[in-house]
Amino acid sequence: MTVAFEEKAVLEFKGRMMMMTVLLLKDLEPNTLHRQVSQRLEEASQWLRDAPVVVDLADPENVDQVALMATVDTLRGLGVNLVALARNDHLDADTATMLGLGSISLAGGRDIPRSPETAPVAEESTSEATGTLVVDQPVRSGQQIYSRGDLIVLAPVSTGAELLAEGHIHVYNTLRGRALAGVRGDQSARIFCQKLDAELVSIAGHYRVAEDLPDQHRKQAVHITLDGDAMRFADLK
Amino acid sequence: MTKIVVVTSGKGGVGKTTTSAALATGLAQRGHKTTVIDFDVGLRNLDLIMGCERRVVYDLVNVISGDANLKQGLIKDKRVEDLFILPASQTRDKDALTLEGVEKVLNGLKDMGMEYIICDSPAGIEKGALTAAYFADEAIVVTNPEVSSVRDSDRILGILSSKTRKAELGEGDIPASLLLTRYSPERVERGEMLSVEDVKDILAIDLLGVIPESQAVLNASNSGAPVILDSDSDAGQAYDDSVARFLGEQRPHRFLTTSKKGLFGRLFGAQ
Repeated sequence: MTVAFEEKAVLEFKGRMMMMTVLLLKDLEPNTLHRQVSQRLEEASQWLRDAPVVVDLADPENVDQVALMATVDTLRGLGVNLVALARNDHLDADTATMLGLGSISLAGGRDIPRSPETAPVAEESTSEATGTLVVDQPVRSGQQIYSRGDLIVLAPVSTGAELLAEGHIHVYNTLRGRALAGVRGDQSARIFCQKLDAELVSIAGHYRVAEDLPDQHRKQAVHITLDGDAMRFADLK
Repeated sequence: MTKIVVVTSGKGGVGKTTTSAALATGLAQRGHKTTVIDFDVGLRNLDLIMGCERRVVYDLVNVISGDANLKQGLIKDKRVEDLFILPASQTRDKDALTLEGVEKVLNGLKDMGMEYIICDSPAGIEKGALTAAYFADEAIVVTNPEVSSVRDSDRILGILSSKTRKAELGEGDIPASLLLTRYSPERVERGEMLSVEDVKDILAIDLLGVIPESQAVLNASNSGAPVILDSDSDAGQAYDDSVARFLGEQRPHRFLTTSKKGLFGRLFGAQ
């Protein structure tokens, strides 16, 4: 054994096998979930209660973001030690990050194409088909709306609500919550809103918080674009 | 036909129980057979506000778990005909409040010919609040004119739009209306409180009523008589207006502006 002496290492990577429990959810109905999970936890040994848990969804294709958030809240509320979301064709690392979770691919095990329907080709055509999402109900605090294309909202967006779109975001009402356009990195994405009172606006990862919004555009109709690294605000007249 | 109404808010201490008691009493005063249920298992208060705390034998959880039948659990109000109270349990575990159990109780009340069932929701957005709201046909959201209360109400409205039985059955959102409580026009004028218009603008729902900040509410709680029975008080009258509006009557909103000072007030008034 040779020992090379330079700086004392302050870290060490360890390849360690760890036991993780995968929690496969077949339905996200909160009351049923709450009841069944708490029942299972009661029956389980302390070891299981402390175990790190990866959430996997039986039907990730039809999952709604809000329900997923509520599910994570429910599980955390019950003391489940959530660490990650199982990543697949329909749930990506961004979704996991949004939920405050890490993401892990369970592929390599049973996971690659679970059924012929989820083959990549079919998946691409569905994402093409889901274009613009139109919302005509108020988006309330705690709700989150994700569009694979553009997102059009015809009602107020409350403080604490979050709009995410891979394309443009239009709000034909007051925007008090957060609006994140071009979340997949589309720098040409834009945000339009009738009355800007947002907590945060973001285009392709560049963002401004409420404090940094230009004063002359507050509570005005605006059009926000990204110009290189700078966000540009213009009157929408 | 029975109508189930949930009184909810998200935030605690904004006047849900006071409102539930006043609404139920007001409906019963008008001859509608009404039960008010306290869903706040572990922190029961409704019986105090209704002044029946010394007559509680059984509670909601007892009825659900079958220790008592519905008739034994219901307390008949002594002042108003057609008014019944189903108190919450102070001691039992709130996990006993299952949806199946609650549905059974509600169906029992329907069979008894109740016209209105008022569900006094616990604060928060946890299971208790969701259970209270699940079977509702209509919601009354109680809000104080301050930012955190408004935001919590907004959160609850979002939850109501997806977590009621009607929403799950695809029958759409249940109608929700706003009851603004502890409103002080003086403080609104001084810019210390949100105005009715501000709150309506943020929440974007119909306004059922505005209850002024009033000593009468505190007196009512202390004496165990719903404030609506104090018909001389501003808060009592405002609740009475709200009940009338709830039943479809058109009444102008009162107590929204500072009371005009008389001549002497203007001449000698402080401030």
